[in-house]
Amino acid sequence: MAKNAGGVVFERVTKRYGEVTAVDDVSFRVAPSELVTLLGPSGCGKTTTLRMVAGLEPVSSGRIVLGDNDVTRRAANERDVSMVFQSYALFPHMTVLENVCYGPLSTRADKPKARELAHAKLSMLGLTGLEHRLPSELSGGQQQRVAVARSLVLEPAVLLFDEPLSNLDAKLRRRVRQEIRELQQSLSLTVIYVTHDQEEALAVSDHIIVMEGGRIAQQGTPNELYESPATRFLADFIGDANLIDGDLVADSGRAIFCAGGVSAPVRADGLGSGPATLALRPHRLRIVDADEATLSGVCKRAAYLGSRIEYVVTTAWGDLLVFDGEGRTMRPRDEPISLKFDAQAAVVLRR
Amino acid sequence: MNSTALAPAVLAPPLRDRPNMVAASIALAASLIVPWAADGGASALARALAGHWTLWPLMGAVLAALLSASSGRDGATAIASAFGVAWTFGAGFVEGVTGPAFGIGAAIVLTALTVCFARALARQGYFGGDTTVATLVVIIAALLTIFIFFPVGRALLSAVQDAQGRFALSLVTARLFTADIWGVGCLGAGTRCGVAINSALLAIIVGMVSALLGLALALLVQRGGRRYSGVLKLMSLLPIVTPTFVIALAIVVLFGRTGLITGWLDHWIGIPRSRWIYGLPGVALAQLLSFSPIAFMILYGALTAVSPTLEEAAQTLRASRARVFRTVTWPLLRPALANAFLLGFVESLADFANPIVLSGNFEVLSIKTFFAIAGAQHDPGRAAVLASVLLAFTLAAFWLQQRWLGRLSYVTVSGKGDSGIPARLPRGLWLTCFFTALIWISFTFICYAVILVGGFVKDIGRGDMTVSFSHFAAGFGVEWGSRGLFFGGSAWDSFFTTILVAAISAPLTALIGLLAAYVITRHRFAGRRTFEFLTMVSFAIPGTVIGVSYIVAFNVPPLELTGGMAILVLCFVFRNMPVGVRAGVAALAQIDKTLDEASATLRASTLRTLRQIILPLLRPAILVTLVFSFTHAMTAVSAVIFLATAKYNLATVYIVGRVEAGEYPLAIAYSSVLILFMAVVLLLVQKAVGEARLGRRTTNLLVTGH
Ligand SMILES: Nc1ncnc2c1ncn2[C@@H]1O[C@H](COP(=O)(O)OP(=O)(O)O)[C@@H](O)[C@H]1O
Ligand SMILES: [Mg+2]
Repeated sequence: MAKNAGGVVFERVTKRYGEVTAVDDVSFRVAPSELVTLLGPSGCGKTTTLRMVAGLEPVSSGRIVLGDNDVTRRAANERDVSMVFQSYALFPHMTVLENVCYGPLSTRADKPKARELAHAKLSMLGLTGLEHRLPSELSGGQQQRVAVARSLVLEPAVLLFDEPLSNLDAKLRRRVRQEIRELQQSLSLTVIYVTHDQEEALAVSDHIIVMEGGRIAQQGTPNELYESPATRFLADFIGDANLIDGDLVADSGRAIFCAGGVSAPVRADGLGSGPATLALRPHRLRIVDADEATLSGVCKRAAYLGSRIEYVVTTAWGDLLVFDGEGRTMRPRDEPISLKFDAQAAVVLRR
Repeated sequence: MNSTALAPAVLAPPLRDRPNMVAASIALAASLIVPWAADGGASALARALAGHWTLWPLMGAVLAALLSASSGRDGATAIASAFGVAWTFGAGFVEGVTGPAFGIGAAIVLTALTVCFARALARQGYFGGDTTVATLVVIIAALLTIFIFFPVGRALLSAVQDAQGRFALSLVTARLFTADIWGVGCLGAGTRCGVAINSALLAIIVGMVSALLGLALALLVQRGGRRYSGVLKLMSLLPIVTPTFVIALAIVVLFGRTGLITGWLDHWIGIPRSRWIYGLPGVALAQLLSFSPIAFMILYGALTAVSPTLEEAAQTLRASRARVFRTVTWPLLRPALANAFLLGFVESLADFANPIVLSGNFEVLSIKTFFAIAGAQHDPGRAAVLASVLLAFTLAAFWLQQRWLGRLSYVTVSGKGDSGIPARLPRGLWLTCFFTALIWISFTFICYAVILVGGFVKDIGRGDMTVSFSHFAAGFGVEWGSRGLFFGGSAWDSFFTTILVAAISAPLTALIGLLAAYVITRHRFAGRRTFEFLTMVSFAIPGTVIGVSYIVAFNVPPLELTGGMAILVLCFVFRNMPVGVRAGVAALAQIDKTLDEASATLRASTLRTLRQIILPLLRPAILVTLVFSFTHAMTAVSAVIFLATAKYNLATVYIVGRVEAGEYPLAIAYSSVLILFMAVVLLLVQKAVGEARLGRRTTNLLVTGH
């Protein structure tokens, strides 16, 4: 399979629909055998980006390179790319086998060869025995596997997924996303994956590109994005975060964040003194004894979720969301709570 | 897995366009060996060598197209082939009667060059770079130009030409602004009105009354529940299988001077026999019976689309039944009513069959146009003026419809909002609807009964009800002759021609219409809106206008088609095509566009997508179009009455001829055969396809002027 694996280069691509700029001067690279996720809120241009890679939308300007070929002006059927559609887009009048054979037959493979390829992919996805069913006779999960098999059968250089889990129920999602990831890793596929669900993105990706309003907000590994978000939007969008506005006082490698009359040491990341925002993950805030506390407040609301207890604590820094993974019993309302966090765990953002 | 891997696909677009080389080669081959002209004989090359010099530039263009296609110079290919086509038509029209009529050779060469042109353009980046789309668009646009816009334009032009073909603008004013077109004497002065005023008056009356009748029945059927669903089925089927003049015939039989009802009235009540039915009352009555089912279908659709929850909401807000109807239901129906009115208006204007039977001294545009060209006067200029007035009226209505109503008018019968119980009608309204519908349906029923019985009695038109099979024997007699079965009846020829023409034109209509719908809905290209407009505007051209246009435009070289069967087929194909377009657009809206896209990302070409994905999924629409254009080809009169000849006669034209000759029984017998034949065809198709999706879908899609 590695023979086909080529990267993708997306270079300064812009897409306009009349007045609307759906994708605005976006550049990124996808290395071979890598799974890259386009993540962002609805309407930020993820689907449009993906469709431009597939050749389903012409670009307004910019360049798209697959492997060694500039494919910017090529039609969809002249690109070595396959796509798994959000709706799966299985041909309703064809059986599973016919659906999966469709690609090879389009490329003029003969029938026995196409069958052989199709059967190989169907058994890889655990669909053996369903060959002669119509798509309408399959469950949602099975339909999705057929869509994946159909795209894989051409062994494309790049495989595209547009929100592949959105039509599955919540339980199934976690399993399917693992399967997709395993498939991608075992076949060394180059994949671009679109989702608006940050947890899904963190779970499957080698690399995440976060988009906002048609532009790239930040890109990096899941870890980088989670631990070092570059902006308020990103800190809030990926995972939960408490955002506190205040001032940073930094000198000679030490940094102190002050807000509401309370100061705490933080990781400076080379930022100078000045107004800043502190992003604190709720589970990085620990409930401690009063004498260790950086910050203290009172319990405003509590919710018991089994794996953790979620508190809203009113403090000098405002109402903070706190996840307590240790505690077994909920604290009552209005009880004082003392909080502490590691300097390394808090991200300071320039305001 | 590597053992089964596909060979790496060659995905880059090829430098040279192989199909175009094939097309250009076909053009060349055809110009070398296929007879160029309609009357056979020599090929283009042979003619050129024999001194027909205007063919040399064409030969040059064909050669140039082939050479540049083979060397991958698409720009040059496009220019050469466009020049070839333009030159050939240009030279053909300049030569006119002195030149040959295009035949099979010309058709092949010109088509192949057009394909070359389209593909080469696409490869230059037009039409989104899609050669299939380009070919479809260019070919369909060319066909529409040749078979709709050229003839209509040509006919309109003859309005400004004198008898010798010279331009005389002053003639227009003389021909156009006369009292027998625009006179308004009937509105008080006691003299006669002009034809335009007559037609407009009739059309307004028919439009309004048919909308109201349709509304009454729609309310009854939609709010009356399952009880009336038989009515629905019947009303959706009848207009499809009934040649329009059938109603007119029945009315003559009932109300004519010697009619059945006239006779009873004379005998029992002493109302003297008269010819009152010939004129506005008769035509209006016949048209109402013919066209109200269309209004009914539109309003039924609209009424079904009104969500019962809206009415329920109003009811829970303490509105009375009358108030619910007045404040919720009625306003929601208004666009559909306007649409029903406009369609009734246009149908009435374009109608030919009812007036020719019933109009008497009450002259209308379609009939007057026909006699201007077919009658003793033979004045194409005058016919053209009348046709353009008619066209102006229908285009105005079409424009209003598009402008005001837009897509509102095509409310489909969808499953949405089916929950909840529709509000009951106010009592007075319900009674009104009930009795209106009762009278109307009984009357329709009587009309059909007259037709069914009429063929089996001696002379129903004069009240002679002795059972007799002589009319069927005369029309449909079959004997054992020396060479087997001999179809001796006088109607057989036209019957077989009709079936043949209908059977040839139906698949062509479906093909062109659905392909046009496909490119309109599925592809974005410069000029798409214009293309869409062109395909739909032929909707608004009355059959009479098309008939006149074909006669005027296609009886001289280079396009000399009159007198043959081809022109009948072409006429049906291009008149019914909009039905295919609409059915296709509606059906394609149901087919998710990602299916096309999935196909494309699986390396399928547009052509493969079309063949493997779109066409199979369009099967219901294909069927609807096939059935519609088949039945419509069997029932239409207005355009083909100009084009049918003694050799290639059509059933409807034959029947109208019998009516004009006063042979009502034969006409009636023949009509009943036609109706039964089509009913059987429809039932068979329905059986084959499953439930009754046919009638309901098609009646919203209609073509003006039977
Ligand atoms: N065909 C189109 N015509 C006009 N605007 C479009 C079209 N497709 C997408 N857009 C606009 O482009 C933006 C990005 O859309 P999309 O890529 O579908 O977002 P996402 O997939 O991230 O939710 C949206 O604002 C949308 O309204
Ligand atoms: Mg999307």
